[in-house]
Amino acid sequence: MAGERRGRRDGGVTATDARSTGTHDGADLLAIADRVVAQARAGEQVEAFVARGGDTEVRVYQGEVEHFVAAQSEGIGIRVIRDGRTGFAYAGTLDAAAVAEVLADARDNVEFGTPDEWAGLAEPDGVPVTDQVLWNDELADCPPDRKIDLAKALERATMAVDGRVRVDESNYADAFGEAAVATTTGIRQWGRENGCYVSVSTLADDGDETQTGFGFSVGRRPDDLDLDRAATEGSDRATRLLGAVKPASKRTTVVLDPFVTAQFLSIIASTLNGESVVKGRSLFRERMGDQVAPAFVHLVDDPTNALAYTATDVDGEGLAARRNALIEGGVLRRFTHNSYSARRAGTVSTGNATRGGFAGTPGVGALALSLEPGVRSQDEIVAGIDDGVLIQSVSGIHSGVNPVSGDFSTGAAGLMIRDGAVAEPVREFTIASTLQRMLLDIVEVGGDIDWLPMRAAGQTLVVADVTMSGA
Amino acid sequence: MGCGTAPWGARAAPPRLVAVIDQELIEQTLATALRTGADFAEVYAEDKRNTSVALDDGRIEQVTSGRDRGVGIRVIKGETSGFAHTSDLSADGLRAAASAAAAAASRDDGGVRTVALSERASQQVNAVDVYPDEVAKARKVELMQRVDDAARSAGSEVVQVSAGYGDSRKRVLVANSDGLLARDDIVRVLARISVVASGDTGMQTGFQSMGQTVGWEAFDAVDIEELARDAARQAIVKLRARPAPSGAMPVVIKNGTGGVLFHEACGHGLEADHVQKGASVYEGKLGELVASPLVTLVDDGTMATEWGTLAIDDEGHATRRNVLIEDGVLVDYMWDHIRSRHDGRAPSGNGRRQSYMHLPMVRMTNTFVMNGPDEPDDIVGSTERGVYVAHLGGGSVNTATGDFVFGMTEAYLIENGEITEPLREGNLIGNGPQVLRDIDMLGNDFAMGNPGTCGKDGQGVPVGDGQPTLRVKSLTIGGTAA
Repeated sequence: MAGERRGRRDGGVTATDARSTGTHDGADLLAIADRVVAQARAGEQVEAFVARGGDTEVRVYQGEVEHFVAAQSEGIGIRVIRDGRTGFAYAGTLDAAAVAEVLADARDNVEFGTPDEWAGLAEPDGVPVTDQVLWNDELADCPPDRKIDLAKALERATMAVDGRVRVDESNYADAFGEAAVATTTGIRQWGRENGCYVSVSTLADDGDETQTGFGFSVGRRPDDLDLDRAATEGSDRATRLLGAVKPASKRTTVVLDPFVTAQFLSIIASTLNGESVVKGRSLFRERMGDQVAPAFVHLVDDPTNALAYTATDVDGEGLAARRNALIEGGVLRRFTHNSYSARRAGTVSTGNATRGGFAGTPGVGALALSLEPGVRSQDEIVAGIDDGVLIQSVSGIHSGVNPVSGDFSTGAAGLMIRDGAVAEPVREFTIASTLQRMLLDIVEVGGDIDWLPMRAAGQTLVVADVTMSGA
Repeated sequence: MGCGTAPWGARAAPPRLVAVIDQELIEQTLATALRTGADFAEVYAEDKRNTSVALDDGRIEQVTSGRDRGVGIRVIKGETSGFAHTSDLSADGLRAAASAAAAAASRDDGGVRTVALSERASQQVNAVDVYPDEVAKARKVELMQRVDDAARSAGSEVVQVSAGYGDSRKRVLVANSDGLLARDDIVRVLARISVVASGDTGMQTGFQSMGQTVGWEAFDAVDIEELARDAARQAIVKLRARPAPSGAMPVVIKNGTGGVLFHEACGHGLEADHVQKGASVYEGKLGELVASPLVTLVDDGTMATEWGTLAIDDEGHATRRNVLIEDGVLVDYMWDHIRSRHDGRAPSGNGRRQSYMHLPMVRMTNTFVMNGPDEPDDIVGSTERGVYVAHLGGGSVNTATGDFVFGMTEAYLIENGEITEPLREGNLIGNGPQVLRDIDMLGNDFAMGNPGTCGKDGQGVPVGDGQPTLRVKSLTIGGTAA
């Protein structure tokens, strides 16, 4: 599955069962961060990011457990800023000697930075943290056997949908993470979260032909997982491509399946990244206030929405996560910022500092994107299209889309749409346009909204005038 | 699974080794791991240090020092693998991890089994002259500044440059219940350059990188400024690029840039895990003609200094030169411990993992196509209309259908046997088995390509690839022009 895994605030290690995790108040992690920050010297800004996380992954194949991985990890990253120069170091352990070494390395690394007048840590901005329930004890207490049973049940359910379907892997996975961040500038935050999902990867056979599909369901606790839906989608995605042909090349209207739209929105968001803007790499850098999409398009990044799988209380620098309207009425209204890009742009952080774990410093990125939903379902939308293609999956997003130039080209598979109904399956073709054109060419946003294990929600999206390249 | 050119990894030198953990403790840990009656237990320990320098927007933004150290323990019983990892290398920490892995693999009580390890001398695939951890950070910073200067002086169109340097040294120890004990000391260095050029047509990007499994001496052999100028040149050339065509046509791929084609078109499909699950188009095709008779495809983990090189794989087995396709005929797949045990054969040195936190699986090392008979100029000269790809981006493949894509980051139109106008970026799409058969010209100018990171099942490992200039009779270009 191409989705992003939940939460793992990442790191180094100790193997225990996932139940024996962490603390309820983060006191131990905060204490480590506090001790580091207390060692700051005059003229230094110091930030300590301390994290512990872990995950379980169960993979089932033909009724047997293929692997069961249960592991925890922990680590620390320390940033030191002095005279506008930044140094950083990390270690995948919270061993006291290692922490001391990390601080010394970060200090040493400061010497080699180029002075930057905008360098600096985040400072408390008074924006209140939205209380959210990101932790679920029921998941933390879920016994290993139940996890195995879920993966086995999903495999059985998927095979039962259609006799032509095989399962090449059926997975249950969960992850938990807690992290503390403290700075000499007065930031002091701790948070924890957990989540789980099941996923299935399928093969459908017809004679010599094989097609593939996938299905999944995500939740905050095992009871949230919808195995039937994952099984049905996994089976349908594979079987409906059986008999797929390479289509002729033409310009056409594409209907993006929710899972594809989420990937498209993530790319759009990367062009609205404040760091790219201040460094001159965003194609929208001089477009603030311009009409970049039709008036019915509203793009919001809202990690305070509890429905979002990537909902969070604070961002990677410890500032409150908040709702940001990026495109309103089709007009570009806001870029996402962390404290560095905001300072440089002469504005304030939008609470969009992202962090891959303790081994890196904060970047900028959207946290939980969605389009304001329209009213019609995917079926209703398809019924209104005479000639188009429903895009079920795309490939090569990382190789064929350039968010600097705006060129967009991806491999695709899906179903032709003729006279208001889906027709023959098609594969081995590409769809291409530019990001700028695609935003302007949006014809409709579906009324469906599906929260995916990604930083963007899934919705049906119709885009006109896209080039389909095939035979 | 996707494979991009860029980041990261680490690799090989003669063991002037630190014992990550002592032998007696490893033997005890394996005994603990076997307590639930497992068939096989394995300890993988690594101690990795790395340094990186990030330059962007004309500034050294950050120097980073990192350390990762830990042990991954795998226990196999029947068809089930249990896995746990720990950064606590004390006797207690290892016992806890071994017990967790054993419990994950089996709930039985298997009694006591002891393991006596015998150390294997590792092959030496290359030698490190200058360990990067002995080079002053100031020199690494200066390298990046030279890159920045060279790229910016390549043309007034250059508006932004970001560059990164990274080195790593990873000491590895692998031991298992078959008595294997092997060590490695892996040193890698990497540099990458991204350039943005701006003009009337908007912005364009260029990228170059170099990565080797050796020490700092790699930078004596490579002209890093020339690499930076080449990244700038790509971006500038594309400012006058026109939209790529849409549809199927002949494609010529420059030597040393298109190895990713084979990595995707057939490499992943030749990994025994996909094959055994019936999720590869190459299943059951051993001995059959699967490619043009021009094609001989090799995966070789022993190539000195290359990015995917390893003395031992991450299951402790010596890497090898494995011929996969010979004169178009499929002769073998790639194997790890589990898959080779399943088929009752020897592993091929392709069991790899991202780190001690990951389970090993079948992975490629350096994958390449050997020279063919044709002069590169003749290949272009005999193509009436097509696309010449001078630089490829990443790609990805669906191993079950064979459909794959890869990005062209620098490409030109071929008209009447000559390379003419530059094209904007796009993906190419094809079907692996079909494309292998459609290779109708193969050059005699073999070269290895840029360092890559291959992603599979969420794990990234460093890989290399290479090929001579070649032509594919027909590939679909994913552009927008008629």
